[in-house]
Amino acid sequence: MKICQIKDLLGAKVICGEDMMDRHVYSACGSDMMSDVLAYVKDQSVLLTGLVNSQVIRTAEMMDMVCIVFVRSKMPSEEMIELAKDSGIALLATDKRLYEACGKLYEGGLRGNGVKK
Amino acid sequence: MNEDLIFHFDVDGSDFTSAGQASVQLKKNLRQLGISPDIIRRVSIAMYEGEINMVIHANGGEADVAVTETDITITLRDKGPGIKDIDLAMQEGFSTATDNIRSLGFGAGMGLPNMKRYSDSMEIDSVVGEGTVITMKINL
Ligand SMILES: Nc1ncnc2c1ncn2[C@@H]1O[C@H](COP(=O)(O)OP(=O)(O)O)[C@@H](O)[C@H]1O
Ligand SMILES: [Mg+2]
Repeated sequence: MKICQIKDLLGAKVICGEDMMDRHVYSACGSDMMSDVLAYVKDQSVLLTGLVNSQVIRTAEMMDMVCIVFVRSKMPSEEMIELAKDSGIALLATDKRLYEACGKLYEGGLRGNGVKK
Repeated sequence: MNEDLIFHFDVDGSDFTSAGQASVQLKKNLRQLGISPDIIRRVSIAMYEGEINMVIHANGGEADVAVTETDITITLRDKGPGIKDIDLAMQEGFSTATDNIRSLGFGAGMGLPNMKRYSDSMEIDSVVGEGTVITMKINL
């Protein structure tokens, strides 16, 4: 799936990373607990979360993720947007809730692929 | 790499927002050395969890990362409260973090288990009332 398809499936707004819309992503995970995200090392390219702080961006950066989707219309701060740009991470925002957003992407073919090392 | 490299980081314990800066920097440094992405990811996550722990449990500390021909060793030192029961602290889900920390996305009790998972060996030296030293080695 391409990032632009995530945008379409979720009716999401692109906060930064317009130039990354054609990037392919192969798996995703949804969580508000960053240590749970960090427990699955296998390639995950997209993080869906209702948490909004700088640690979300750093967690994604540590995991080599390329896209974060903020759910429930949460908006990141300027500082977070700068961090994301620095790390080459696209930020999207949707008004959907976490469960529904994950469901839409799963239905669209984007799977979990979580493997604990 | 002909000689061993050491990266040093001071971790500020007063500000949760800036926690993780050392890990981001380390990741950049390791990329410049041309180390494989899989290894870099494991080192970065281990370092990041350790850095977060120093901020939320120990009021900050310092980190030294040594890169040799054969391995990467992360040493985290803090002068925090120490860990009373290390076996208990190592259990998945055990956490003394406050609800406030949990609302910030940490405190799931997965940090130390993650650090162990991503390193090839890990040692914890902790004295209650004095501080904690954690050493993690990742083979190249
Ligand atoms: N550097 C440290 N200094 C003091 N206590 C620590 C430190 N690191 C971890 N701990 C203790 O070990 C527990 C488990 O740590 P961890 O697995 O990272 O979970 P969490 O950070 O989510 O609580 C912490 O809740 C804390 O009580
Ligand atoms: Mg922790």
